[in-house]
Amino acid sequence: MQVKEEFKPTIVAFCCNWCSYAGADLSGTNRLQYPANVKIIRIPCSCRLNPMFILRAFQRGADGVILCGCHPGDCHYTTGNYYARRRMTLLFSMLDYLGIERERTRVEWVSAAEGAKFAATMNDFVETVTKLGENKRLEDLRCKSE
Amino acid sequence: MQKIGVFVCWCGSNIAATVDVQAVSDALAKEPGVVFSTNYQYMCSQAGQDMIQEKIREFGLTGVVVCSCSPRMHETTFRKTCEKAGLNPYMVEIANIREQCSWIHKDKETGTEKAIILGRAAIAKVQLNAPLTAGQSPVVKRALVIGGGIAGIQTALDIADAGFPVDIVETKPTIGGKMTQIDKTFPTLDCAACILTPKMVDAAQNENINILSYSEVEAVKGFVGNFSVTIRRKARFVDETKCTGCGLCTEKCPQKKVPNEFNLGLDNRRAIYIPFAQAVPKVATIDPNYCTMLKTGKCGVCSKVCTAGAIDYQQKDELIEREYGAIVAATGFNPISMDKFDEFAYSQSPDVVTSLEFERLMNAAGPTGGTLLRPSDGTHPHTLVFVQCVGSRCDGGEKGKPYCSKICCMYTAKHAMLTREKYPDTDVYVFYIDVRTPGKNFDEFYRRAVEEYGVHYIKGMVGKVVPENGKLKVQASDLLGGQQLHIDADMVVLAAAIEPDKSARPLATMLTASMDTNDFFTEAHPKLRPVESPTAGVFLSGACQGPKDIPETVAQAGAAASKVIGLLVKDHLTCNPCVASSNEMMCNGCSACEKVCPYGAITYIDKDFRGPNRTTLRRRVAQVNPAVCQGCGACTVACPSGAMDLKGFSNAQIMAEVDAICK
Amino acid sequence: MSDMTEIVKRISGVNPRKCMKCGKCSGACPAYDEMDYHPHQFVDMVENGRLEELMNSRGIYMCLSCFACLERCPRSVEPSKLIEAVRLAVVRQQGKNHLNPEQIPELLDEELPQQAITSAFRKYRK
Repeated sequence: MQVKEEFKPTIVAFCCNWCSYAGADLSGTNRLQYPANVKIIRIPCSCRLNPMFILRAFQRGADGVILCGCHPGDCHYTTGNYYARRRMTLLFSMLDYLGIERERTRVEWVSAAEGAKFAATMNDFVETVTKLGENKRLEDLRCKSE
Repeated sequence: MQKIGVFVCWCGSNIAATVDVQAVSDALAKEPGVVFSTNYQYMCSQAGQDMIQEKIREFGLTGVVVCSCSPRMHETTFRKTCEKAGLNPYMVEIANIREQCSWIHKDKETGTEKAIILGRAAIAKVQLNAPLTAGQSPVVKRALVIGGGIAGIQTALDIADAGFPVDIVETKPTIGGKMTQIDKTFPTLDCAACILTPKMVDAAQNENINILSYSEVEAVKGFVGNFSVTIRRKARFVDETKCTGCGLCTEKCPQKKVPNEFNLGLDNRRAIYIPFAQAVPKVATIDPNYCTMLKTGKCGVCSKVCTAGAIDYQQKDELIEREYGAIVAATGFNPISMDKFDEFAYSQSPDVVTSLEFERLMNAAGPTGGTLLRPSDGTHPHTLVFVQCVGSRCDGGEKGKPYCSKICCMYTAKHAMLTREKYPDTDVYVFYIDVRTPGKNFDEFYRRAVEEYGVHYIKGMVGKVVPENGKLKVQASDLLGGQQLHIDADMVVLAAAIEPDKSARPLATMLTASMDTNDFFTEAHPKLRPVESPTAGVFLSGACQGPKDIPETVAQAGAAASKVIGLLVKDHLTCNPCVASSNEMMCNGCSACEKVCPYGAITYIDKDFRGPNRTTLRRRVAQVNPAVCQGCGACTVACPSGAMDLKGFSNAQIMAEVDAICK
Repeated sequence: MSDMTEIVKRISGVNPRKCMKCGKCSGACPAYDEMDYHPHQFVDMVENGRLEELMNSRGIYMCLSCFACLERCPRSVEPSKLIEAVRLAVVRQQGKNHLNPEQIPELLDEELPQQAITSAFRKYRK
């Protein structure tokens, strides 16, 4: 039982350079706390997120993956986040099919001004994933043993 | 294997208070490829930058990782630092351990642990970084302005004043646009023609401006600095170089029953015509839909009376192709059709007119010579009802436009005021939902209409208009007075919503410029880049971007011109090197990337490859134009064969970061 | 009463917040002068929790259901649907019918269209 309490999930957050990464910076500037489990990877646009990256993260032992992009209509590249939204919808239904809990993945729109929203989202996401426990479904044990 | 240097910044106590910087630099020193690792109080200080440069030289570093504040803050700083020491600037990666680590965590142990992981991810990425060189593309020093209204004219004049050649493409036979049809301008009531026509003449006489009237843009290729545009010069059946604009042909032409679009069909013109006396260029044009000679081959009167021999019935459309460095869209607006608003009886009575038609009825050069007369019987109207917001502020879709057309409140106040001034015996009612007059001297103007000119402003909308015995029965609500009004009006004037010109959408497709659902061009940033389109090298001027009055249009036209000048003075453009590129050996020519690209940066070419047994295989492969690509990466994910990759954010690099974080 | 407001909104499908108070409904209404409250006021009263007054008013029965307001409303608020829903709300309250069917003949207006009379009988059927 004690193991479960100490469980700290690994969360990968993909943030688009123009809105969400700046939003994440803003939550730092405002000293808004969120768990250290969240590690951010900067991508130019949410549409750069290849579904492969999410699968790779799960394969390598991530417990949750979140994609943050500009709000619909606000994309720096005009339409990128619409592509991302569509692709993630498909990917998530496939992950569902594979037995990965739907709550382990999420798409959230965070603008450069929404530092508070970023922190709140991350807190909520970490809490949700912590409740779900460790992700073992896609994990590649060969990677782990290295 | 790269030789990587790691530089951990304390940022005073900003980072050092929650992250054990020594532990971070020690841990990262053990990472594969790291040959040097240190920490320092302020890495962005001159001393810190000097240290980075020194270590690059000392260890022959091929990659640098700086663990510091957000890359949005100092990425450029450190890139420049490394460039000066001879390292390619794109071999630098920043691990964000301030905004995304030290500032959000309180516990030093977790902070340190996270900083190490972030550092590892950056090192893993640098391992796969490749030196990138920003390319350059030349700039053609000529601008194209599409649309010859006040927006286009002002933009062209400003660009020409800076010494760059400009072409104006105007689809009508004359430049001038909507402003030529307007009688007076609010709130100063100066005559529109008096202020516009000198500008039209200036444009015609300016050596740097070339007016291509009666022409349309047919195709646009290329990218910022290097557009190639095909322009269709429609056959006007008159030699522009020979015609003197004497107008004799327009008097002698026997075909008199052509609706005059300049007066919105309120009177007729001939089949050969000059739109109005001050037209620029002042050249006659034959309307092929009505000319008897062109339709039946029997007439030729204009050719006989023309002393200059300018008439040419054999003239054909001509396609010309020109190169431009920048393109300005200034396609303007039109009032919407009144077909869907039959409750106002627009189609049932000629005495129900739109505001632009009313403008012509008030204009000295209009069909009535400036005397306000009812179009039905030519009598003087005594009771006039103005209806505002016709087709504006609707629910969208079928009903009308969801936006406020912005100019109607003011021109309606102007019409009401002018009517009362010229004809004090009239009763003028204005039915409004809200009176919106934000602008310099605008509200004063509206108040003047009410207080000095006694215009009856009534809050409420007109419900219906019924023509009956030569009168227009207007039924409306007076919301503040709490009653329903029944007015017997002589004329009803509808303030029709304005919409972007129909040519705007096909043009946006050609320019790969984006549009909103109302067909207004979208700007690159609604606040900070209001005159640029998201597509590089395409600029916006006037009402094609949103409803605007004349002063705003002129201001925006000047702003667009200054952006164009800023582009044209450059000899070369430096491109962002973090762009997509396709691996031709993997590309299967499916066009998926081409379809998702918002900039039209991807084209397909047929290329020969060596096949087995000394054969050649011709395959269709994608090519990215690095000058146009903005590096969003949409294509990299769309590509089914994985041929498309983004420099600086490659699949391998992001994957390496994922691996480093999940380890 | 707020529950009832919700019910009225739900059965009518009308969102009174979309109203921009232009008054085109009242401008178009042929029964305006017969009503104590007018179409634009109906919308406002539902939005501002004055449903009870509306349910007790005679104005709602003066609505001819001609749908002119529905047709002309620029914001697709559609007041006539709201009025119909208010009338239904009155009928749904057992025994609270505003009128008895017996009262109808004496209230009859010669100029009222036949359709309105028929629909009135339908509305007040037990």
